[in-house]
Amino acid sequence: MKLPLFLRDDSGTDSVVPPSGHTAWLTSFTAAAMAFLAVFALALSLAAGNLAARWSDALDRTATVRLSAPEDQIDLQTKAILDTLATTPGIASARAMTDEEQRALLAPWFGPDLPIDSLPLPRLIEITEDGTGYDTEGLRQRLAAEAPGAVLDDHTRWRRPLAVAASRLRLLGLLSIVLITGATAAMITLAASAALAANAQVIRTLRLVGARDAYIARAFVRRFTLRALVGAAIGTALGMLGVALLPAADSAGGFLTGLGFHGAGWLLPLALPPLTALVAFAATRASAFRKLRELT
Amino acid sequence: MRSVIAFENVAYSYGGGELLSDISLRLAPGSFHFLTGPSGAGKSTFLKLCYAELLPTAGHLSLFDREVRSLSRDDIALTRRRIGVVHQDCQFLDHLPLAANVTLPLTVAGRTGEAKDLNDLLGWVGLGALGQALPPSLSGGERQRAALARAIIMGPDVILADEPTGNLDWEMSLRLLTLLTELNRMGKTVLVATHDLNLIRQAKSQVPARVLRIAKRRIQLAGADL
Ligand SMILES: Nc1ncnc2c1ncn2[C@@H]1O[C@H](COP(=O)(O)OP(=O)(O)OP(=O)(O)O)[C@@H](O)[C@H]1O
Ligand SMILES: [Mg+2]
Repeated sequence: MKLPLFLRDDSGTDSVVPPSGHTAWLTSFTAAAMAFLAVFALALSLAAGNLAARWSDALDRTATVRLSAPEDQIDLQTKAILDTLATTPGIASARAMTDEEQRALLAPWFGPDLPIDSLPLPRLIEITEDGTGYDTEGLRQRLAAEAPGAVLDDHTRWRRPLAVAASRLRLLGLLSIVLITGATAAMITLAASAALAANAQVIRTLRLVGARDAYIARAFVRRFTLRALVGAAIGTALGMLGVALLPAADSAGGFLTGLGFHGAGWLLPLALPPLTALVAFAATRASAFRKLRELT
Repeated sequence: MRSVIAFENVAYSYGGGELLSDISLRLAPGSFHFLTGPSGAGKSTFLKLCYAELLPTAGHLSLFDREVRSLSRDDIALTRRRIGVVHQDCQFLDHLPLAANVTLPLTVAGRTGEAKDLNDLLGWVGLGALGQALPPSLSGGERQRAALARAIIMGPDVILADEPTGNLDWEMSLRLLTLLTELNRMGKTVLVATHDLNLIRQAKSQVPARVLRIAKRRIQLAGADL
């Protein structure tokens, strides 16, 4: 593999700065730990993003009217409700669920052999909105007048806070990635400053024999960028392995199964090592030039 | 080029009172100067001004006819490649062998191909066998000779030497002096800070050297009494 120009050691810069000894691996370790955490933050925000999208998509699309009425009035009131809904602006269609559909809805909780006829189950009427939406309060009042046993459940009541929470979670995940990037920059700046301070005499001598700033900086930038790149690559690999090995809990897992990468999503964490290297490059270069400006 | 180094009413202070005041002086190309004065008078400080490690606190200083304050950091680096300096404290990279230290100016300038004279040069200063030794293991005199080798390996236009013979026996001092006077005959401008009056006398028999003396914060051309 050919390294980019600024990482190659064509100029002997590597040997003019003494080897950094046992603290060198700390930079790699930090980069690895940060990349590992970033993989999970990324997985979290992707999953939360999917969830938020799914929930808010379903949020305004459907609602249900639940009708609890004495046996002999059920059909009458169902018809009244459907008539009312048919004349409500903003509602695309409304449909009473069949017994089979209701049984299917309840099966996960009560099993398939539910004697649905002998239970006083409410009748469910499914509403699909058109794009414009309807006036919830107005509909509620009209339903109360036409069918006293009808309750409009527009899902928003419990779904909206979930959708909001999911978007918040995604935001927190993204914020974590920003913070992890910032912390990486800060730690590499500290490590680079320590290396520069330890080599103050070397830097002074190089400057005195006619070395340009860019030449001196390159020795440090090259080291820290490579260390960060290698560390981040290892951390990312381990993080991705961890995500890949999460047990698949299928539908029952809900949110947890969404925690992972799908398809092209697996390419996203691969951006972490180059990003870390870029951060290390910028942080070290800035520290080096700041240090060099103390000398003529 | 009118002068390689030109001081015009230059003053320098480390923060307290002025150490050097109102210095006006030109080093013409190809000239040979000695700089003397009591310890602490400011000889090393004067040399540091000459290679822009320090900048004047007042007045104008030109290197190769360019005002130092107008030089960019890269210009300063390039200017230093034309000035070979023997620092009083040598300034080596202790983790690199002597040979790599001597060729360091070529390395940082990306001119490593020109290091072929290295063995001749090390032989001249009597360090032929010590190329792979690390600087901390060398004697003071060996370090000074290596510092001189490093100062001239680039073929600089100007050579500034700060007490280059401070730790050397008379024979080796003469050897280095001969090296410097030969370089001067080849057209290099030389400035040597030293306490050693015998060395100055010896040099005057070889080249038309002039003696500058720092006294009471000024630099004067010393009389013929030396
Ligand atoms: N970095 C510094 N900060 C403050 N004062 C300094 C600094 N360097 C030198 N000085 C002071 O400036 C004065 C001149 O120092 P300089 O090294 O130029 O003297 P010198 O003539 O070379 O002496 P010597 O012959 O002993 O080498 C001294 O009094 C010294 O203490
Ligand atoms: Mg001195």
